[in-house]
Amino acid sequence: MSEISNTLPGRGPHQPLVFHDTHESHPANGTLLGFWVYLMSDCLIFACLFAAYGVLGREYAGGPTAQEVLELPAVAVNTSLLLLSSITYGFAVLAMQRNQRNPMLVWLVITGLLGAGFITLELREFAHLISIGAGPQRSAFLSSFFTLVGTHGLHVTCGLIWLVVLITQVLKKGLISANKRRLLCLSMFWHFLDVVWVGVFSFVYLMGVLP
Amino acid sequence: MSAHDELHAHGDDRGHDEDFGIHATFSGYMTGFVASVVLTVIPFWLVMGHVITKSSTAAVIILALAAVQIVVHMIYFLHMNAKSEGGWNMLALVFTIVLVVITLSGSIWIMYHLNSNMMPSMMDPSNLP
Repeated sequence: MSEISNTLPGRGPHQPLVFHDTHESHPANGTLLGFWVYLMSDCLIFACLFAAYGVLGREYAGGPTAQEVLELPAVAVNTSLLLLSSITYGFAVLAMQRNQRNPMLVWLVITGLLGAGFITLELREFAHLISIGAGPQRSAFLSSFFTLVGTHGLHVTCGLIWLVVLITQVLKKGLISANKRRLLCLSMFWHFLDVVWVGVFSFVYLMGVLP
Repeated sequence: MSAHDELHAHGDDRGHDEDFGIHATFSGYMTGFVASVVLTVIPFWLVMGHVITKSSTAAVIILALAAVQIVVHMIYFLHMNAKSEGGWNMLALVFTIVLVVITLSGSIWIMYHLNSNMMPSMMDPSNLP
């Protein structure tokens, strides 16, 4: 037993070199940091689209105004769906931390359904706008509106595809370390989309309908 | 024996790395969720109930509530703090916020003035100094 302790660094009198791993010089896991940097680059894309909307959002070109075409009750439902999907994904992460596979999968499926509901409502809104002649080609306001809200919707759609892929992965391979890492990346992605939506419903919808 | 314990403890420590440094808690998520609901309901109520008639006041309140809600999401859902990932998370965030502020405020400021200068009244020679 004493032999073993002598071979360990820092044990015994004949060990001049002692290395301390302080965990301070570099992050424990590079993937999550890298994914965070990706999210920040996404944030810049949205900042540009928000800026474009901020500049063009009141240029109606004689077409319908934001007050006329944006419907707040539908947006309120949409917002609730996305916020609920954020908290259900949080519950999935909690179940993942306890290594409970099936509860986690149930929460993930609920998250996916809420996200799908969000996309469905948004597509219906777009279809309605286009059907009344308020498509993206009508005015600068509608161009920037469709670009900004549509880009967010595209992100949510990608998140949904990713979610389905991950559920399949977990079903096939179980809660292995790699899958946990992927689930945490998607959780950041999903919560980040909720953050962007806060900007969208405040800046585009609520401020858009103000007189 | 103590060496064995030490080895075992070390192995445990490696095992903890599977949590990837994120320690989500139920109370944390619920705090964030309740705060988000409140911060969402207030601006919708302000606008849909026509509580504030002055547009500029309503806009400032909406933006302020949105900013608070974004911070709430960052802390409770994205688990942001100054120590996560050895501080690099926060560094990337601060850098991005600086760029976002420059992009947003710069674009709106410059384009607003550009817009004003493009107004038809500017074309009228009698309006020239």
